[in-house]
Amino acid sequence: MEPFTTLTSRVVPFPQDNVDTDIIVPARYLKVTDKAGMDQYLFRDWRFESDGTPKPDFILNQPRAQGAQIFLTGRNFGSGSSREHAPWALLAFGFRALIGPSFADIFLGNSLKNGLLPVVVPAEVSAELLRLAEADPNLELTVDLPSQTVQLPGGKRVSFPIDNFSKQCLLAGVDQLGYLLKQEAHIRAYEASHPPLLQTTG
Amino acid sequence: MAERLPKTLFEKIWERHVVVEEPDCPAVLYIDLHLIHEVTSPQAFQALREKKLKVRQPGRVVATMDHSIPTRNRSLPIADPLAANQVRQLEINCREFGIPLYDMNSPYQGIVHVIGPELGLTQPGMTIVCGDSHTSTHGALGALAFGIGTTEVEHVLAMQCLLQRKPQTFEVRVDGALRPGVTSKDIILAVIAKNGVAGGVGCVFEYTGSAIRALSMEARMTICNMSIEGGAKAGLIAPDDTTIEYMAGRPFVPKGAAWDQAVRFWKSLPTDSGARYDKSLTLDASALEPMITYGTNPGMGMPITGSIPRPESMPDAASRGALAHALEYMALEPGKPLLGHPVDVVFIGSCTNSRISDLRLAAQILKGRKVSPKVQVLVVPGSQQVKRMAEQEGLPQIFREAGADWREPGCSMCLAMNGDELRPGQYCVSTSNRNFEGRQGKGGRTFLASPLTAAASAVAGSIADVRTLL
Ligand code: SF4
Repeated sequence: MEPFTTLTSRVVPFPQDNVDTDIIVPARYLKVTDKAGMDQYLFRDWRFESDGTPKPDFILNQPRAQGAQIFLTGRNFGSGSSREHAPWALLAFGFRALIGPSFADIFLGNSLKNGLLPVVVPAEVSAELLRLAEADPNLELTVDLPSQTVQLPGGKRVSFPIDNFSKQCLLAGVDQLGYLLKQEAHIRAYEASHPPLLQTTG
Repeated sequence: MAERLPKTLFEKIWERHVVVEEPDCPAVLYIDLHLIHEVTSPQAFQALREKKLKVRQPGRVVATMDHSIPTRNRSLPIADPLAANQVRQLEINCREFGIPLYDMNSPYQGIVHVIGPELGLTQPGMTIVCGDSHTSTHGALGALAFGIGTTEVEHVLAMQCLLQRKPQTFEVRVDGALRPGVTSKDIILAVIAKNGVAGGVGCVFEYTGSAIRALSMEARMTICNMSIEGGAKAGLIAPDDTTIEYMAGRPFVPKGAAWDQAVRFWKSLPTDSGARYDKSLTLDASALEPMITYGTNPGMGMPITGSIPRPESMPDAASRGALAHALEYMALEPGKPLLGHPVDVVFIGSCTNSRISDLRLAAQILKGRKVSPKVQVLVVPGSQQVKRMAEQEGLPQIFREAGADWREPGCSMCLAMNGDELRPGQYCVSTSNRNFEGRQGKGGRTFLASPLTAAASAVAGSIADVRTLL
């Protein structure tokens, strides 16, 4: 996982609420057994015609999206299915941060574990950012993880919450599994004092 | 002695499973049962191999195949090479890591959220996870069960634990008696229509009240199944006599003295009187009608006799835009009723409504009737066990005589990964849980409803009120 510290980038405005993970990556592309090439499935049915030609009106097909690393969206982004293919595809396309008023629980956890930073801002701020981005395709924002702030072009800063554990993992670029592996003694003690009610094998 | 604080069902299960919680860190939560399927696990096993890790507790894991498998002839090789590869990969992974697998030839195969409870793998008081958001289903038995991503699947395989932050509790209280033709599916669709698809974000629902207590175990599963559609990761129902009766005699349930001990434990789980929830809502079951969705998220639902809302009537710009977009996709006119709207396909199945009681409801309507010649009707049992029970009761014959197609168990047209899919523009009344754009096939349009409404609509060839057939 790549560390995340500070990111300054152009943004893609996507002003919709409740964008579900079936839209982010349709189920028929979940038959893969690895993570390669996920960017081509991102928003597949909104982004491409059935024959694979890009739909010119769709924002990810426009010049402003090329190289943009910040995605602005509406409420409850990533709702529905737990498929981690959704953050994998967003990352593969080049996004490193998502900014919105709220994110679905499972999607939020999946994103943090992959180095994709979900930035939760108040609804008014989200609406203002979307307005600014729609007005100016070259708008750049800075997401600064150490200070937990988003910096707007005029220098205005908006702070965002993130739990300290996820923050430290992102800053260091380390996998959360490392922490779990270090809990071996605690887990062994728990297992010794909680005999299983169930044995699925044998 | 200090007085014991009253606790909710959620808190009792949570506290029992916290292995350690260091300051400024998420809790390490022990997982009692880990369910696996072919779609969300391959990258997790690959990561284990790369990190040279083993599966810590293969005896707490069960795998099955459900999402990408065919529901027609299972004796033939899988035609789709990608699906075939995914299924083969699951076989290889389970063999290599010592995990029991109920494959397509197993008498225990089925949709992961159908087989957990029916085999007695799901037990009250447990923590259960699966790389699948409808893991919330298992909460009907009083287990804390939720969906996880593939990285977390890897964590649980490696350490049998997850890093979790404690969610908030949310009481969904449903009182009153359901009227004829109204089912638990209608309760949950009404809850989501009222509270919204994001209303439960950050929370665990606990369903309480006389209407919930009166439901069968399978009807409760339908409710908990769709907790995630209301934004909650998990949904719980306190174990009671219905739960204990349901558990008795299932293959993986403790026997003898261990059963008595388990029952004592289960009876200690319900929320104590005086315990507080962070949030709550109430619903009057006696006022409910059969529900149906008109839009592209499960919150866009209404009583079947209602009219499609107009975007202008929505409170804010975002919901106006969302509704207008949804109605455009659905090609539906605001202000019009849905009753009588033509239907091309009816799908009776999925982890929401593919259990024997669901199939009995559908059969009750289809018995002695014919489905409309304009409609293709698919009945897909949730598991091999459900299929065998249905066969013993003669249900497949009822379905076939009515003109419906009786299939092999799997997810099928719930998510259309296996070739069972809508064609662009087709309308489908579906007993599944998601009406998202393209969920049942690219360009397909889904109306979510109960098995009763689905069967009645199959007969009418258009959206129908089952109460006219009762
Ligand atoms: S039936 Fe549908 S919702 Fe249930 S596990 Fe299968 S795909 Fe998911």
